[in-house]
Amino acid sequence: MTRKTINRNSSAAGARLTRRTVTASLGATLLTGSAPFNIICAQGAPLKVGVLLPRSGFQAGIGQDCQRGVEITAGILKDLGLPALSIMNADTETNVDVARSRAEKLIADGAQLLVGAFDSGQSSAIAQVAEQKGIPFVINIAAAPPITEQGYKFVFRNFPVAGTILADAFVNQKEIFEATGSAPKSVVFMHVNDTFGTAMKGGIGAVMPKFNMPYTIAETIAYDPAARDLSVEVSKAKATGADALLVVSRLNDAILITRELVKQRWSPMAILSMGPGWYEDQYFKTLGKLSDGPISFVPWYDPNKPMSKKLEAALAKAYPDINLNTNHVYTFEALLVAADAYKRAGSADPKALADAIRKTNITNNVSPGAGIQFNEKGQNDKLKDSAIQNRGGKLVTVAPKVAANAKPELPMKPYDKRG
Amino acid sequence: MMAQLTEGVSRRALLLLATLLAALLIAPLVVNDYLLTALILVLYFAYIGQAWNIMMGFAGQLSLGHSLYVGLGAYTAAALFIHFGIGPWLGFLVAIPVTAACGAFLGFLAFRFGVAGVYFAILTIAFAEFARIGFDHFAWVGGSAGFFLPVKQYAHNDLWLLRGAPAMFYYVMLAATALAFIACRLLLHSRIGYFWQAIREDERAARATGIDTFRYKMYAVIISAVMTSFAGVFHAFYYNNLFPEQIFHISRSIEFILAPIIGGIGSLFGPLLGAFLLETLAEGLREVLALLGVDVPGLRQLFFGVCLLLVVMLLPDGVWPWLARRLRIKESKR
Amino acid sequence: MASRDRAVPAEIYLNVAVSGILTGLVYGLMALGLSVIFGVVRVVNFAHGELMTIAMYIAVVLFSAFKLDPLIMLVPIAMVLFALGYALQAGVINAFITRPEHTQFLLLIALAIIIVNTLLIIFGPDAHSVQTSYAFDSFQVGKLIIDATKLYAAAAALVAATALFAFFRFTDTGTAIRACADNYAGALTVGLDVNRLYALTFGLGAACVGAAGTVLVLIIDVTPQVGPVYTLLAFVIVITGGLGSMPGSLLGGVLIGVTEAMAGLIFTPSAKSMFAFAILVLVLLFRPQGILGRKIS
Repeated sequence: MTRKTINRNSSAAGARLTRRTVTASLGATLLTGSAPFNIICAQGAPLKVGVLLPRSGFQAGIGQDCQRGVEITAGILKDLGLPALSIMNADTETNVDVARSRAEKLIADGAQLLVGAFDSGQSSAIAQVAEQKGIPFVINIAAAPPITEQGYKFVFRNFPVAGTILADAFVNQKEIFEATGSAPKSVVFMHVNDTFGTAMKGGIGAVMPKFNMPYTIAETIAYDPAARDLSVEVSKAKATGADALLVVSRLNDAILITRELVKQRWSPMAILSMGPGWYEDQYFKTLGKLSDGPISFVPWYDPNKPMSKKLEAALAKAYPDINLNTNHVYTFEALLVAADAYKRAGSADPKALADAIRKTNITNNVSPGAGIQFNEKGQNDKLKDSAIQNRGGKLVTVAPKVAANAKPELPMKPYDKRG
Repeated sequence: MMAQLTEGVSRRALLLLATLLAALLIAPLVVNDYLLTALILVLYFAYIGQAWNIMMGFAGQLSLGHSLYVGLGAYTAAALFIHFGIGPWLGFLVAIPVTAACGAFLGFLAFRFGVAGVYFAILTIAFAEFARIGFDHFAWVGGSAGFFLPVKQYAHNDLWLLRGAPAMFYYVMLAATALAFIACRLLLHSRIGYFWQAIREDERAARATGIDTFRYKMYAVIISAVMTSFAGVFHAFYYNNLFPEQIFHISRSIEFILAPIIGGIGSLFGPLLGAFLLETLAEGLREVLALLGVDVPGLRQLFFGVCLLLVVMLLPDGVWPWLARRLRIKESKR
Repeated sequence: MASRDRAVPAEIYLNVAVSGILTGLVYGLMALGLSVIFGVVRVVNFAHGELMTIAMYIAVVLFSAFKLDPLIMLVPIAMVLFALGYALQAGVINAFITRPEHTQFLLLIALAIIIVNTLLIIFGPDAHSVQTSYAFDSFQVGKLIIDATKLYAAAAALVAATALFAFFRFTDTGTAIRACADNYAGALTVGLDVNRLYALTFGLGAACVGAAGTVLVLIIDVTPQVGPVYTLLAFVIVITGGLGSMPGSLLGGVLIGVTEAMAGLIFTPSAKSMFAFAILVLVLLFRPQGILGRKIS
């Protein structure tokens, strides 16, 4: 998902804060260095991969989550017989200027390939540097279309653009409405007024008419990403009399909106989210029983693919109470692309690597769809997005059928009936 | 002209200045791209610091919303380029009246209505915030989704369209900073400069001697605003993407004032020295922390805050006056 | 794409207005602290919101570790902030009273940066909240739905503000402080220990903002980045309501709270902060002493 900007509230809310967790986290942060660590493997010299993520600044929580994806990759690459990667970590500090200079520094320090950077603005800056220096850059997560429209030869993105996420969302929604026999007649669309939210809003205008959806949008409500209090926004949404809530938000807003829904006594028949937040661990932890029900239409993983099960197992071993999510999956796949290309290219020469990446065809992967391939713009346009539903503190994939492992439940149980 | 420029400056100072200039000129040939990027940032902040200094150091008006002018310059030039194919230099020409009008409006409101001191500072913040939220909703320039400039060609440098290698951007910024330096020096030693200093020291007394304080304060605001807007144009074409949240943000405004304050408000070298010190401190800290294997987000900024605190408490006039004394250069104005 | 199927029902306006008033009272308490500091000590406290953030985190830690409701911890936390403010003024800021204004700004901006980043290092960037047992409660009075936490927070804010009024009105120290504010030279002449009174005042202002933070944490989640936003808001409220007027701060807070809420309802919520700034500009131009302030000579 793309988000941007500095100095705003970030992902998790309501973390259990005790003396133990404070000292533990301090200790952990002092122990994990930013020094490069080597994944030792039998074949050849490891490929030097620079991983740029927002590790500080307001996107820090997400950056750290992506980092978990990096950490569980090593073992899996080894099992697959792919060459080792020597990871060089860098912090973009959720800042475009810093992202650019960090990319320069990594390349100056010998990085042969770059991976990153979660945010469209920062990824855009890094892409320019990568293209200029002729170093391949594999984007893990960033949804703004322009990045792969610049005619770059060294930039690759294994993540759907906003338009694709929307189109898939509508397709999946129709499938779910058909399967459950219930559909909202009107929805109120709430979106956060940042890069991703605005891109999605623009996309809806262009994409929705093509899909003949059973509902109309009664009203569109944009809210400030820095808003600490969404009572007015939810009041406005409730006042429209719509059946369901269509939303693009982030984790903190998702929690705030849910709280307000309960306080203002409005239980929509469905919460259809086309962005992050509603499926994240912190949402479950903070809201408990109140977290069930929302369906998120997002880039996800195919739970039926064997590689997914492997990745799930690796994450469960390293971080037992964290659910596998988009951040881990796409960061893993970016590194997978790097290792796979390195093996086929047989050399770390950037041009050879880029050419090898362009010919990528990995079917034993995690994300839904035909696999990882790149078109002439460096975009993987074969990616499909899934629909996941919150159920009992866990996530189940309810659409599309081929990548699902459960049936959708609609309408959502009203908040005041959840005990 | 040269005589007027160098009047009152010691031989020693001129020699040091020439050495510095020579070093800066050959820098791209000797340093790697990463250091070059860092130097571009130094010059960028030095340039804006110099422009900000005109309002604060010379005319005594504290602006905490200078990101407004950077953003206006950036968006004007970017919009003209994306929607009409007009290059950045012409874009800057258009940005001049836009930012001048904005600065004049703010100045008029402030000075006509007697808004001064902390109230003026808050007014500048309000304007920048207004612009930030406003541009977030301004769909023609991308709104909060961001404004992306099409990026092409690194093979050859196109100075007219500002597309090219980092070295080209470096020289553009170097030229701008040098010109700003010279312009400030000329202004300071002109009638305007003396009137500004009078206003800064004691506005009422200045008015009593017949100086039209309103007009000269307006000049300060307008010149400062227009100069700053060029940095915005540069920003747009160097980074190739614009987000209102980032470019108009108050933390940017605070970043801009750090260099001239640490360097020394009111001095010519202050902004450059301050920018250099801050960037070196930033990069140095990063290196040290990386070497120690410490990855604690916020530690660097904390250190910055402590440095700022120390400078404010111990060297209230900034580092430059202290350094000048060490180098035994008497700056002929203060 | 978006069309209105029906007009916004009247009770929504009422709900939103009430919500705005309640939140505004808490803002008012926060601004009150700044009014006291700025009005008396004449220090531009750019670290105001950051001090409040410290109080909020203390409340979060106490709730997390010991399950202590912030409403109960109001007085202890306010006292901690009082001590902090006193120490800050006596130890660091006092030397800067006579220095030029921009130097004061910078001192406090530096302090603000230090506070924000220390909190960031200790607590991380993620939001923390206090989920009391009544966190999801609301009262229904006819068509009016009132958020329980906001009601309690506003009530506590009013109590705290009244206590402060009483202190300044009816105690000797309070009168002495007001004398300092009104006439610095006169106060010195009469033999008041101005430095001690300044430190006391800063402490009181900090206590005020500590109380505000403690109740605010019931309504919003805290992150280290929350501080600067509230510093700015506090200044807007103080200037709007009127420097040197305590009822003015509360009034300013309520005004800004209601304006933002209604603007969000009527226009687009993402632009609602613009209205607060618009009000600020109008006040600065046409009534610089604020709504209830006395004319500054």
